[in-house]
Amino acid sequence: MSSFSVTEPSKRSKWFAGTLVILYALITMIPLAWIMLTGFKSPADAISYPPKVVFEPTLEGYVNLFTQRTRQTQEYLDANPPENWRDEIVRQYDMVIVGPSKFGERFLNSVIIGFGSTFLSIFLGTLAAYAFSRFKIPLADDLLFFILSTRMMPPIAVAIPIFLMYRQLGLSDTHLGMILLYTAVNISLAVWLLKGFIDEIPREYEEAALIDGYTRFQAFYKVVLPQAATGIASTAIFCLIFAWNEYAFAVLLTSGTAQTAPPFIPTIIGVGGLDWPAVAAGATIFLIPVMIFTILLRKHLLRGITFGAVRK
Amino acid sequence: MKNLKLASASALAIASASFASTAQADDLTLCWAAWDPANALVELSKEFEAQSGHTMSFEFIPWPNFADRMLNELNSGGKLCDLLIGDSQWIGGGAENGHYVKLNDFFDNQGISMDDFAPATVYAYSTWPKGTPNYYALPAMGDANGWFYRRDWFGRDDIKAAFKEATGRDLGEPKSQKEMLEIAQFFQGREIDGKTVYGAAIFTERGSEGITMGVTSALYPWGFKYENTPGAYDMEGAVNSPEAVEALEFYKEFYETATPPGYTNSYMGESLDAFKSGQVAMAMNWFAFFPGLYADPNTGGDKIDFFVNPPQNQAGSTLGGQGISVVAYSDKQDAALEYIKWFANPDVQAKWWELGGYSAHNSVLNDPGFVDSQPFAGDFLDAMGGVQDFWQEPAYAELLLAMQKRIHDYVVADQGTAQEALDKLIEDWTEVFEDEGKL
Amino acid sequence: MSDTPVSRAARATPPRVARKIKGLSDRAIAWIFVGPTIFLLLAINIFPLIWTIQLSFTNYKANRIGREVKNIGLRNYERILTDTDIWLNMQATAHFLFWTIFFQVLIGFTLAYLINKKFKGNDLWTTIIVLPMMLSPAVVGNFWKFLYQPQIGLFNYIVAFFTGKEPSSFEMLGSVNLAPWSIVIVDTWMWTPFVMLICLAGLRSIPDYIYEAAEVDRASKLRQFFTITIPMVLPFLMLAVLFRGIENFKMFDLVVQLTGGGPGSTTELTSINLKREAFEKWRTGYASAYAIILFVTVFGLASIYVKALNKVKER
Repeated sequence: MSSFSVTEPSKRSKWFAGTLVILYALITMIPLAWIMLTGFKSPADAISYPPKVVFEPTLEGYVNLFTQRTRQTQEYLDANPPENWRDEIVRQYDMVIVGPSKFGERFLNSVIIGFGSTFLSIFLGTLAAYAFSRFKIPLADDLLFFILSTRMMPPIAVAIPIFLMYRQLGLSDTHLGMILLYTAVNISLAVWLLKGFIDEIPREYEEAALIDGYTRFQAFYKVVLPQAATGIASTAIFCLIFAWNEYAFAVLLTSGTAQTAPPFIPTIIGVGGLDWPAVAAGATIFLIPVMIFTILLRKHLLRGITFGAVRK
Repeated sequence: MKNLKLASASALAIASASFASTAQADDLTLCWAAWDPANALVELSKEFEAQSGHTMSFEFIPWPNFADRMLNELNSGGKLCDLLIGDSQWIGGGAENGHYVKLNDFFDNQGISMDDFAPATVYAYSTWPKGTPNYYALPAMGDANGWFYRRDWFGRDDIKAAFKEATGRDLGEPKSQKEMLEIAQFFQGREIDGKTVYGAAIFTERGSEGITMGVTSALYPWGFKYENTPGAYDMEGAVNSPEAVEALEFYKEFYETATPPGYTNSYMGESLDAFKSGQVAMAMNWFAFFPGLYADPNTGGDKIDFFVNPPQNQAGSTLGGQGISVVAYSDKQDAALEYIKWFANPDVQAKWWELGGYSAHNSVLNDPGFVDSQPFAGDFLDAMGGVQDFWQEPAYAELLLAMQKRIHDYVVADQGTAQEALDKLIEDWTEVFEDEGKL
Repeated sequence: MSDTPVSRAARATPPRVARKIKGLSDRAIAWIFVGPTIFLLLAINIFPLIWTIQLSFTNYKANRIGREVKNIGLRNYERILTDTDIWLNMQATAHFLFWTIFFQVLIGFTLAYLINKKFKGNDLWTTIIVLPMMLSPAVVGNFWKFLYQPQIGLFNYIVAFFTGKEPSSFEMLGSVNLAPWSIVIVDTWMWTPFVMLICLAGLRSIPDYIYEAAEVDRASKLRQFFTITIPMVLPFLMLAVLFRGIENFKMFDLVVQLTGGGPGSTTELTSINLKREAFEKWRTGYASAYAIILFVTVFGLASIYVKALNKVKER
C-alpha cells in the first residue's frame, strides 16, 4: 500500500538487509549453541579433533556438574553395583559418586543474593524515584548525577575500601554483605529508570486522589505504584541480571559461604584437567534464565541499558 | 588458652569413640587445593569423623585460584576454614599476621614432637622465623617437583635406535638437565603410532605461581641462590649470576623447542592432560600427582616411570607441599586441634601414605618397606633431600608476582634478555624489601 | 532522543493540592523516601571513596595487621606515574578500548541500518542478536577460552577451515601478537548489539518527512545518508561510545577469564593490574592511589566527552 512512499525500502533491499542480518544472527549464535552442545558431550568428544558436531549425547557433563566423585578400586566396584543411571555414567571411569558438588550451593547463593538485592534496590529505588519525580528536592540534579557517577568506578577500585570495611564489620563472605553491595550498585540504575517511568505517569491522577482525601502515601501506594508496575518489573529484571552476572565483587569478597556461580563455574574441574562438558553444563544452566528474561524484556531493553537516556 | 582445657582430656579421648559424647560435636571445614590428594584426605578423614563425632566439610579450590582465594579469605578474617592446608610460602605471613594459631603449647601438651617428622619438611612447612622452634603448622604433605615419562616409548627398539642415531647416546632417564632437553627435542614433532607427539609439558602459567615453580626447577640445579649471604637480602650477583642467566635461557629454549603448541599458560592440570592424552614423552609435575598417574588406565602402570628433577651443576628440586594449620579466626579451634592431634598419629600417617598422600612422618619414611612401596617412593626421598623453596617472607606474594611477570615476559612473551629479566627482578624485589624495612 | 530525566528539574506540587494533603508533609515524605537511598550510597560509595583517598597517601597493606601505617604523602602517585610498566598497561587498555569501540560502532551501525529496512521478522532477529550482551562476562570469557583452544577449539577450526592453515599453528590466547585481538573479538561479539540497539533507536527517531523533503530536492540516496542519516544518528552513536568507553575502561571479568592478562603482560588491562596490586600483592595504599588515578581519568575523559556530546546535540 505504501509502495509509493520514498522512505519505504524496496523489496530487493529488504531482502538483502534481511539476509545479512540473519546471517549475522546465526554466526553470533554459534558460540552459544556450541557451549550448549558441549554440555551434552562426553569429555572425550568435547576435546576431539576435528570438533564433533554429530555425537552421541550423554548427561555426563550434568552428572559431573552436580556430583563429587572419587576413583575406587575394582573390588569395591564389583561389590557395589550401580544403583541408578547416574552411577552407571560415572562407573565408566571406575568412579563412584560420593556426594553432591558445590554447584547447587553456589547457584542457590546466586538466587538469594540476586533476588535479595533486587528486592532491596527496587524497594528503595521506587521510593527515591518517586520523591525525585514529584517533590522539589534541593540539589536534585546533582544528587541524581552523583547517584549515577558511582557506576563509573572500576569495581576493583570500589572493592578495596569495601573489603576493609567488610572485614571490620564481619560482612566478608556473607549473603547480607553481598546483598547490600549489589543494592548499592544497582540503586543508581533503579532510581534513574524508575524516575523515568514515574515521570511518564500523569501527575493529575494522584493530585485528584490527594484532593479526594488520600494521604500522600496512599496516593503513592494506590495510584502511582499500579501504574508503574511494568516499569518496576522491567527495572527489577535489569537489577537481577546485573547481580546474577556480577563477577569482580564476588571473586574478591566471597570465598565459600556466599560465593555466587560466576566465580565458581570457571573453576569446575574434573580429576586432572578441566572438565569442559561440566563447565558447559554449568554455563548453560546459568545462562538460560538470563536469555529468557532478555526475551521478556525486549521492549524495555534499550531504556535499561542506557540508564533511561534513550527511550523509544 | 582455650586449647589448654582440651589438652588433658583429649589424649585419652582420641583413642576411643567415647569422646563424641563428652565434647560438643562440631562441623569442621578443612580448606585445601582441589587435587588427587584432597580426595584421599576425604577418605582418610572418615576415620576421624567416626572417632571424634565431629563432622568434616571440605572446601577444595583449584590450584590456579587457591592462593588467591585462601589468602584473601585469611586477610579478610574469614571463618570459612577451621583448618587450612596452606602452601609452604604462606607460613611467614600466616605467622606474622596472626592468621595461624601457634602450635608449640599444643604440641608440648599432646606429646607431638617435631623430631618425628622429616627435618626438611618441618623446616619448610612449620617454622617461622625459618628454622626456629616456633611452629605454626604440622607437616601434612611432603612434595617436590619431579618428572615422569613414557616408559613404553623409551623402551621401544625403533625409538631407541633412532635416538642413538640422532644423539649417539642411549635413550634412558636423563642424568642432567641438558640431557633431558636433548631427549625432549628428540621427541618433539615425532610420529609415534601415527600421531604427532611432543617433547615435554612444563609449567608456563602466568596467573598464580606456575612458571616460577617451573623455572626454579632449572635454576636450582644450576646453583641459583636468592641471596649471597642468607638473611642479608643481598641479591645482586646471586639472583642474576651467570649460572642463573644460563638456567633461565635453558628454560626458554626448552619452552620454545620441546613443548607442545599452545602450552603458553599451563600448569598442573595442563601437564597432566598433555601426558594422559599421549601428547608428550615427558612432563614435569608435583609428586602429589604420581599415585594418580600410576593408576591411570591409559598411560599408567608399566607405561609410566618417574625420575627426580635432574641435576646440572648440582642436585636441586623445587619444593612443594603443605603443612596443616589451625585458622586463628575459627570458632572451633578445639575441634580443629583435635584433628591435628589425630592426623599426627603414626597409624594415620601410614594410612595417609597408603591412600596417596605424602606423609612426612619419619615412621613412614624410614620404614624399610617404604622405598619399594611405590615406584616413585625412592625418587620422592631423593627429591626431598635436595629441595629448595621460594621466599617464605610475609611479603611472599609480592615477590612471587614480580617473578611471575619477569619470567613470563621473557620466556613466553619473548621480551628482553635473560639478564635483563633477572636484573629487573632484583629491582622489583629490592623495592619490596625496602618497603618491608628489611633493606 | 527524549529529554534526559536530569534535564527536567523536579517540579513542585501545585500549592492548591499541597494544602489539601493529609498526613505527613511532602517535605517529610520526600526525605523519608530519598533518605535510605542516600544513606546506602553514603555508606557504600562515598565513605569508601573518601577512605580510598585517605589510604592513597599511606603505605598501608591490608594483609599486614599491626604493621605501622605511615603517611608517605604523594609517594604512591609518584611511583605509579613514573612506572613504565603501568604505562604499558595503559597502552594495552587503550588498544582494547579503541578497537572494540571501532568495530562495535562499525558493525553495530551497519546492523542497525539493515534492520531499519524493516524486513519481515526483524524484531525476532534483533532479539536473537541482542542475547550475548546480557550474559555473564565471566562465564562468556570462560567458554570463549574453550573456543580458542589451539588443538580442539571451534574458533581455530573454523579459521583453519577457511584459510587452510593448521588449527594448532596459531594460538589466539597464547601468542603475543594475537592475544590483544582475541579479547577485542570477544568483546565485539558480546557488545556490538548494544551499539546496534542505540543506533536503531537513533535511526527510528528520524522523521520520514525529512527524507521526503530531500527526495523532493532530488538529493541522491548517498547524499541523504551523509547529510541526514549520519548527523541525526550521531548523538545516539556518541552516547553508545560513551557507555562502551566507560564499561571497557573498567573491563575486568571477561579478560581475566580469557587471558588473565597474559601472555607476559600483553593483555594486562589496568583493572587486572590493579587487582594484582590490591588483592594479590596487598599494597593497599599504593592500589588506592592507582584507583584514584583511574577514577579521575575516567571521570575527566567522560566529562569532556559529555560536553562534546551536548554540543553535537545542540546543533
